[in-house]
Amino acid sequence: MRETMLAPFETSFADALLNADQPIPSGITAHNAAVPTQRFAVYRNNVVMGLGKALKSRFPVVEKIVGEEFFAAMARVFVLKQPPRSPLLAIYGDEFAAFIATFEPARELPYLADVARLEAARTHSYHAADAAPIDACQLATLDTCDVGSIRIDMHPSVGIVRSPYPIVAIWAMNSGEQELATIQNWRGEDALVARPYLEVEVRALPPGGAAFLLALAGGRILSDAAEAALADDSNFDLTGNIAGLIGSGLVRDIVLPEPKSCQKP
Amino acid sequence: MSRASNLPACTGVGFKPAHFRDILAAAQPIGFFEVHAENYMGAGGPPHAQLGALRERYALSVHGVGLSIGSMRPLNRDHLVRLKMLCDRYAPESFSEHLAWSSHDDVYLNDLLPLPYTQQTLRRVAEHIDEVQTALGRQMLLENPSTYIRFDDSTIPEVDFLTEVSKRTGCGLLLDVNNVFVSAKNHGTQPLSYLDSFPLDRVKEVHLGGHDEETDDIGAPLLIDTHGSPIAEAVWTLYAHVIARTGPIPTLIEWDNNVPDWHTLRAEAVAAQDILSGASRASAA
Repeated sequence: MRETMLAPFETSFADALLNADQPIPSGITAHNAAVPTQRFAVYRNNVVMGLGKALKSRFPVVEKIVGEEFFAAMARVFVLKQPPRSPLLAIYGDEFAAFIATFEPARELPYLADVARLEAARTHSYHAADAAPIDACQLATLDTCDVGSIRIDMHPSVGIVRSPYPIVAIWAMNSGEQELATIQNWRGEDALVARPYLEVEVRALPPGGAAFLLALAGGRILSDAAEAALADDSNFDLTGNIAGLIGSGLVRDIVLPEPKSCQKP
Repeated sequence: MSRASNLPACTGVGFKPAHFRDILAAAQPIGFFEVHAENYMGAGGPPHAQLGALRERYALSVHGVGLSIGSMRPLNRDHLVRLKMLCDRYAPESFSEHLAWSSHDDVYLNDLLPLPYTQQTLRRVAEHIDEVQTALGRQMLLENPSTYIRFDDSTIPEVDFLTEVSKRTGCGLLLDVNNVFVSAKNHGTQPLSYLDSFPLDRVKEVHLGGHDEETDDIGAPLLIDTHGSPIAEAVWTLYAHVIARTGPIPTLIEWDNNVPDWHTLRAEAVAAQDILSGASRASAA
């Protein structure tokens, strides 16, 4: 049982890394009279600071809003509570938004968690698979008796974040995309995050747009998606939304209905 | 194991996306670029667009930081599959990883952590390297670590440990000269005697990077391997000592924090190239 004999050095080491109040593992020494605690602290610091840095680079707007010091303290609590489960650090922090929502010191900024969700969606969009958009002409020549039954296969980079706060305006003003100003019309915004080519784009969706895209992404046919969008907001504009999708290069393919649905009398 | 590591024997630079435009704007006096494998494991987007463009123009080294080869627990099979996909896609001249561990159970600790050097850990590390080389269908290089503490349980000197792993598995070694210097200062040993006992014939790549200097609680130097500053004079001297003995070896400049502009980084690479070129002239003479 070689492995059970070997495991302890890692287990006690890892436990002590993530719990500063734990004693350092036994059997660790420095060459001189120095206390090995300080040397072990180099590893503790590397782990906590390194993971904090990963969050900082993924959530720059959250950091801009709360400031460096607040962010570092908040990140530290998160890192120790929910360290990564994968070596792919680019996507570490998918649960950061949920954590922020329950983080007492951030309670005064109720929109902060949704801004974090938007930033998390940006990373996924950035790393999503590449795909060529459908040629707009293809839609014009679409020969089907039942356009309502088509399905729209969207670009893999598309992400949607719904919020009762103006997260797109807040994000744009704190990311340098827009000048900082007072938000006159404080209302909910649904964000569309997508990377049709190499740049990740963020914009506010029109009324019902989020419900429409979520229904399409869920595999619903066009007429069902439109219905869901109208139920969400009676100002939903079907033509405008479809044109916007295609014009932005976010439609990868149109899936035609089964032939039998065209055999209606 | 089919493919041996075969980077060109000149200087390379750790690629940073901030330098992409400058690098592509002109032909660079750079033999190869090295990337961290884990930064290119997404499905698409700018990382792959940039790596594809670099790969078309330069030799490539893929350097992993997340495989946790020094762990006594089994390797993460999903991660090994991702590495294989990356190596299959870009066919790099070299793949390297560290004599360290970075994951425990399912937690990724994001640091290159030390292990005791014993017959048991030696056997386990060799098994892991066999597994990696079999999965990737290629030779890998194993890098010597920078360390801050030692284990009472260690019974094998680090150089002997690395030599034996290389003998058992056929892996090449990646000699990080800055790590040699950092560890020696931190443990009160002599970097030159470490280098003089190192199996230089097994070294297929050298790393050079900067470190920070702090002091411990009794005032002794405590060097931190930060890759955030120029290469120290003492490390250049050790490097020249190695190259004088080996002749030209692929040499990488690593600068991962406080990343400077491209021209500063390139100047470090050119300085290393001067030492390499001097060695090849000396061996030709």
